[in-house]
Amino acid sequence: MTDTAKASDAIVEIEEPEASPWQSSPAARFAAEFAESPIAVASLVLVIFLAVLAVFADFITPQDPYDLLQLDIMNGVLAPGEATFDGSQTFWLGTDPQGRDMLSAIVYGLRMSLGVGAMSTVIALTIGMSLGVLAAYFGGRVDTVIMRLVDLQLSFPTILIALILLAALGKGVDKVIIALIAVQWAYYARTVRGTALVERRKEYIEAATCLALSHRRVVFNHLLPNCLPPLIVVATVQVANAIALEATLSFLGLGVPITEPSLGLLIANGYEYMLSGKYWISFFPGIALLVTIVAINLVGDQLRDILNPRLRR
Amino acid sequence: MLVYFLRRLGQSLFVIAAMAVLVFIGVYAIGSPIDMMISPDADQAEMEAAIARLGLDKPLWEQFFIFVTNALQGDLGNSFVYATPAAELIISKLPATLELACLALLFAIFLGVPLGMIAGLKPNSLAGKTIMTGSIMGFSLPNFWQGMMLILLFAVILKWLPSTGRGDTVDLFGVPVSFLTADGLSHMLLPAINLALFKTSLVIRLARAGTREAALQDYVKFARAKGLSQRRIVLVHIAKNIMIPVVTILGLELGSMIAFAVVTETVFSWPGMGKLLIDSIQALDRPVVVAYLMLTVFIFILINFVVDMLYCVLDPRVRLSEAKA
Amino acid sequence: MSDRNGGPTISLRDLKTHFFTKEGVVKAVDGISFDVAKGEVLGLVGESGSGKSITGFSILGLVDQPGRIVDGEILFQGRDLVQLPEEERRKLRGSKIAMIFQDPMMTLNPVLRIDTQMTEAVLAHRDVSKERALEIAREALVKVGIAAPDERLNSYPHQFSGGMRQRVAIATAFLNEPELIIADEPTTALDVTIQGQILFEAQNLCRETGTALIWITHDLAVVAGLADQICVMYAGKIVEQGTVDRVLDQPAHPYTAGLIGSVPGRNQRGSRLFQIPGMTPSLLNLPYGCAFRSRCPHADVACEEEPPERPTADGRLVRCIRPLAGEPQGGEAA
Repeated sequence: MTDTAKASDAIVEIEEPEASPWQSSPAARFAAEFAESPIAVASLVLVIFLAVLAVFADFITPQDPYDLLQLDIMNGVLAPGEATFDGSQTFWLGTDPQGRDMLSAIVYGLRMSLGVGAMSTVIALTIGMSLGVLAAYFGGRVDTVIMRLVDLQLSFPTILIALILLAALGKGVDKVIIALIAVQWAYYARTVRGTALVERRKEYIEAATCLALSHRRVVFNHLLPNCLPPLIVVATVQVANAIALEATLSFLGLGVPITEPSLGLLIANGYEYMLSGKYWISFFPGIALLVTIVAINLVGDQLRDILNPRLRR
Repeated sequence: MLVYFLRRLGQSLFVIAAMAVLVFIGVYAIGSPIDMMISPDADQAEMEAAIARLGLDKPLWEQFFIFVTNALQGDLGNSFVYATPAAELIISKLPATLELACLALLFAIFLGVPLGMIAGLKPNSLAGKTIMTGSIMGFSLPNFWQGMMLILLFAVILKWLPSTGRGDTVDLFGVPVSFLTADGLSHMLLPAINLALFKTSLVIRLARAGTREAALQDYVKFARAKGLSQRRIVLVHIAKNIMIPVVTILGLELGSMIAFAVVTETVFSWPGMGKLLIDSIQALDRPVVVAYLMLTVFIFILINFVVDMLYCVLDPRVRLSEAKA
Repeated sequence: MSDRNGGPTISLRDLKTHFFTKEGVVKAVDGISFDVAKGEVLGLVGESGSGKSITGFSILGLVDQPGRIVDGEILFQGRDLVQLPEEERRKLRGSKIAMIFQDPMMTLNPVLRIDTQMTEAVLAHRDVSKERALEIAREALVKVGIAAPDERLNSYPHQFSGGMRQRVAIATAFLNEPELIIADEPTTALDVTIQGQILFEAQNLCRETGTALIWITHDLAVVAGLADQICVMYAGKIVEQGTVDRVLDQPAHPYTAGLIGSVPGRNQRGSRLFQIPGMTPSLLNLPYGCAFRSRCPHADVACEEEPPERPTADGRLVRCIRPLAGEPQGGEAA
């Protein structure tokens, strides 16, 4: 609780002094519009807090959950709030069958989930963006080939594509990331192409073309930056979707390996215990997953409201 | 109408053909068909027999021809685990999945449309806001998590419904089904709700957006000016207009429901195609995975085709413009 | 029902319909009164936003949130509609009082067949069989000059042209032989030739059946050929009211004069068309006094006071301190 409060204070302190001198700059206006929804601000603070937790997991958690020396089977399946037999450590969220502190496991799992989600999104964004802008800029056959591929991919459910890929590739964090990239890139390509087609007809691109700038320069310095707003919205929501999909794949036993569990795998590991009433092994990682996904989505919703030209006031 | 029908049929066949080429390339050209299609436990004699049967010693175009011929005859290889034809294995699991998906679809329509219409007619009421919050949750939360919470609440804590399995089945036209027995139905309820949650959220959004848009249209005001009851305006004038996008999207989503059943079936140990797929992936039973892929793609394309035809029947405007085109 | 043949079909008494928005109260209709007798046609004229459509919707009881009727009476055959419960008003809508809308492309439901949309209007008010309702619908289509009505009944709206759809809408309005029809710019969206036919048919139907007609329009030419009485609305109020001949020949209110002046005519060829200067004021912050003051060429200090509605000697009502024509009754003008 105190951590959250501190984190929110920090945000306010950073944003306040900067906002006033740059009142008219787009960034400041953007921040001001974003701050109009208290829920979105709270979600943003929460997302930053979770990211900080994930990055500094080594220093924050009471226990390294994957250092076998720190685990004691005697502490297995303790209910939330119970302590070790000698009372030296209290497990606020209980322990799993190996005597692992669930709180620590969740923070490490969060790191895995956020890491995989963010990494796959960044790579998929780069690929999708490049292909989308190329399709829009060159048109013709390039456009047809790329967009046919996009259409074909988008006509199948993401989970199906990811499953097939993982069935072919096998297990592993890198494989999961590849699968997540494969299901995401098409969304970015489509989004960028749509915006770029509109932007391409505007005068500034014509001007750049008339100056005989290279294709590369026109595309990357002129066209692409103007296609970013809708991409940011899609990317935010896609991070949440990637995290959810990774969790699903790991839950199905096709995701990350058991030695580096994500939230999804933690949930899967506790599943059989849940049926016998020992809910906490699954439940708390589930709550962590839920909070993460909902918070990211709420931030994305607010971004969409701000950046959507149709809703512009 | 007939012209349109034939053209769409042609398109569908083309996509299936394209898909067959893709799968063939994936299995035969890029991967090693010997690893993919022949059990690692097979001895030398079995292996040679299989190579001869699949024509792996022949040129690639001939292999493709054999692959297509076999696929058309329903031969997609044998399961390593069960030693039965993979296609047969999957089809034997199909009824359980279809049964679940259809019940889920019914839930999605009969819960989603009314809730969405309420939220659309009274967007600022408590009910409207609650419905929309619920729909956002249904959208963003992972399906397997929702399923587990359903089990935790209704099976573990309240003990109202069984958590896993298919329950009693009876044969309907020689196919075992669960929905005709009380026990089977009670086993179906939780997984069906689980599978329906995402789609229900989708339908709620669609119905709400459609209702809000329709309610502002002049034809609704004109209907009110005719002195029709609110009931008739909502149930006929608005409902018929929003049913078009809802049916289209839902129809297309039936395919993705079958795909998403993978998750639900695993959570609830429902013995359908999806669970078979996960089991097969884990057991490295590749012919079953390939067969599942081919079959699902086929079902997908079939559904898209049927939905397009249905859309035509529902929306008179499409019917005319398509007929002209 | 006792005064059915006596008094006017509809009589508005100081009607006020206001909209309570976040920005403030919009007085869309602010105290208007008029009568329409049986078989009479009233032209309700004004620019968009003057409140003429809201007047029509108020009579029908179709004012949506955040608007509501805050004061006044709507006497229909002697009954005050404002006081009627919603169910009673619904029964009147489409049976005794019907409405025709502006855009025929939008008023028919695109996914329902014409027969459904017409028979439901009959079945909502009369206890007849479906076959009989279909028969009534068929007759109504014939009356508005639609050939091959049976074929038309089986069609969807998108198969019709704009003029055809408006005929269907008019036929629908006449289905239950209403006592009053409110037509909200029904010909604005149509070609001029179609406009003429529709006007002619609407006029004929009203004369035949004795239906009172309120024709809402911004087009003075339409009113000139159609209406008996005219009400000119500006910013939620009626600024001039009288018989068509008098008002159009000798407008008393500067706004009416401006409207007439801005209609292109044959004898004005080559000369610059008159424009009313300025814009329709926002109903949210109307100037005090006369609302037309800021655009009026004759305005002076006296107009900063709200002008009362006064009868003139030739039987008109004018809401202006300095009317251009028609001596005020009693000659008390400043």
